[in-house]
Amino acid sequence: MSLAIRVENVSKRYRLGVINRQMLYQDLQSRWARWRGLEDPNAPLHEKPRGDEDSHEEFWALRNVSFDVQAGDVIGIIGRNGSGKSTLLKILSRITAPTEGRVFLKGRLACLLEVGTGFHAELTGRDNVFLNGSVLGMTRAEIARKFDEIVDFSGVEKFIDTPVKRYSSGMTVRLAFAVAANLDPEILVIDEVLAVGDAAFQKKCLGKMNAVAREGRTILFVSHQAAAVENLCRRGLVLHNGLVKFDGTQTAAIAHYLDSFSPHPQSLRERSDRHGQSPIQITAIEFRGLDGRPVTTAQAGQDLEVFLFFENSAPEIPRPALLVTIYVRSDLDVPVFMQSNLITGQAFDTFLPASGAFICRLRKLPLPAAVFRLDYLLRSAPLGGVTLDGMDGATELTVEGGDFFGSGQLPAMHSGVALVDGEWRMEAGPIAPLPAPASATALT
Amino acid sequence: MRTETTNPTPLGEEAIQWTEIITPQRGWLEVRWRELWQYRDLIYLLVRRDFIGTYKQTILGPLWFFLQPLFTTVVFTIVFGRIAKISTDAVPAPLFYLSGIVMWQYFADCVSQTSGTFTANAGLFSKVYFPRLAVPISRVITSLITFGIQFALFLCFLLFFELQGAPIQPNFRIIVLPVLLLMMAALGLGVGCLVSSLTTRYRDLSVAVGFGVQLWMYGSAVVYPLSEIPSAWRWLLVLNPMVPIIESFRFAFLGSGVVEIWQLAMGAGVCVLVLLSGILTFNHVEKTFSDTV
Repeated sequence: MSLAIRVENVSKRYRLGVINRQMLYQDLQSRWARWRGLEDPNAPLHEKPRGDEDSHEEFWALRNVSFDVQAGDVIGIIGRNGSGKSTLLKILSRITAPTEGRVFLKGRLACLLEVGTGFHAELTGRDNVFLNGSVLGMTRAEIARKFDEIVDFSGVEKFIDTPVKRYSSGMTVRLAFAVAANLDPEILVIDEVLAVGDAAFQKKCLGKMNAVAREGRTILFVSHQAAAVENLCRRGLVLHNGLVKFDGTQTAAIAHYLDSFSPHPQSLRERSDRHGQSPIQITAIEFRGLDGRPVTTAQAGQDLEVFLFFENSAPEIPRPALLVTIYVRSDLDVPVFMQSNLITGQAFDTFLPASGAFICRLRKLPLPAAVFRLDYLLRSAPLGGVTLDGMDGATELTVEGGDFFGSGQLPAMHSGVALVDGEWRMEAGPIAPLPAPASATALT
Repeated sequence: MRTETTNPTPLGEEAIQWTEIITPQRGWLEVRWRELWQYRDLIYLLVRRDFIGTYKQTILGPLWFFLQPLFTTVVFTIVFGRIAKISTDAVPAPLFYLSGIVMWQYFADCVSQTSGTFTANAGLFSKVYFPRLAVPISRVITSLITFGIQFALFLCFLLFFELQGAPIQPNFRIIVLPVLLLMMAALGLGVGCLVSSLTTRYRDLSVAVGFGVQLWMYGSAVVYPLSEIPSAWRWLLVLNPMVPIIESFRFAFLGSGVVEIWQLAMGAGVCVLVLLSGILTFNHVEKTFSDTV
């Protein structure tokens, strides 16, 4: 086996707040002042003299990342938001340059950061296939050779000479993915594109990626969907705060990644993977029973309250449409349920106090025995609002035992991620269906 | 992609033929011409996209390209010809202005179409890599199609006035037209690249482009002939390559003007300088621009 990628001590530094500070005339003004040895009229008051590297204005998205990838490897890169995954991808795909270190590639690398980049609504599907293909580095001759395959894969044959603006969004995405999937690069970098299309198309995409991998091409799959990494990859790399935390088999990597979400009831404040910056922050999450006692291990079928403790440093700002959502996911990242004050149709006080808790009561907890992860999200409004605060894997919920069905029986996690209440009976003889109501007969 | 045979492994493995090495900084002079050539199909397809896009999105379609120079000619004939009574070197006023407008329009198109390259394509550029120069180059070529349409309009005017017996002498010097176009494309691309590179840092510059180009026109012998300028000051005006370009065009197609060959040569030199500095700046910004936008 030969190497396809070598990443050698790659670091990436972003300077925060320095670059876009000025307009041209201000910059000229500053330079002129410095040249005459005067004080820069535009310098912020706290700024140190030039040449003195100010570390708090810098952010290292990647630090000394090194790894090798063998040709034909399918490697999953996993990490939380802000772990440096996207920066690594951008460097590999040459969208941005590393600050330090080098990357060696053997063969053409194609990156599916976002499908459909460069699509033009006025052009037909056919024109867009050529345009998109050439943006991704193919020549017209190559695209022409692959054209039938691409159209076939996308399933939009009939509309290939129709302008893309008449396509449904699903058709556009399918066509775009078909172009990218049929690129035939030696190295394929994929960033969560599996979230596109319907289930059947996703299956087709996974199949295509497996086929590509079997042909001995190298695939880098970047995701935080543990289940997809588990299925597709043979090796996993965990990034955390810009460092490579783990490099090994995909199963071990996922375990390592999920371990990093262990619950820290007091430490939400110190977490660096928070979304959004606002005066409102969730500082801790706690589960309590209806008796008000904290629950460390919940039981299936019990009534449970989720306390999202918050602090609000700007209580004077009205929050009339505040939306609080929790998402519960399985240990393999399968979404199990979400709950929010939008779906229950409830609103909070317009002026939030300086501290308090959002409390969500979950009646008859419908979860089998397993460990679940909880994400939360605060938005200023359901539509058109901004993210005030949010965190993936903010805490864990462990469910053990319990008597959901009142029978002492509980199905295991592998037969389903949720419990649904129900009951059984038997009736004898041929059972005639009830006549359907008039409105329903029209449909059949 | 470059083919480099550097072997980074100190471990005594067999030498690996890396095809691509990504390094932190790129030298100012390191322009990847070969890669740009490999992406020539992309340039062609971008031209096609822009052309189809322009046609399909306007109600009047190609008619628009005729109307714009026609109206401008009418306005210039009234304002500068009738009211201000500026000389047109004995050439019929509409023909004089149209010749200037058609040429100027190509240059102005090149600048306005390329000067927004980084900001207008920020979304695309932050998603996928390809040689960024392909975009402004394709724009300059697309503008050439518009020029062709407007040039045809100019030829119709020329024929009309020729049949009317106007004092115009198209001559063998019209063979210089491709050179003039090349110079304008180079100058437009150079200015556009410079502006688009600088706008990644200085947003206020994009506002200046619109009226900057407008002002430039008044310094470019579009609404007056070079012969109107006192000869002591002509050298100053000739520093602007658009002056000898437009004057040469008139000299070739209308037989009027006082342009000299050294002025055109100097203009060409300025064009090359601007183009080079534009491309080098563009190339330098290209590698890290997605961090700043």
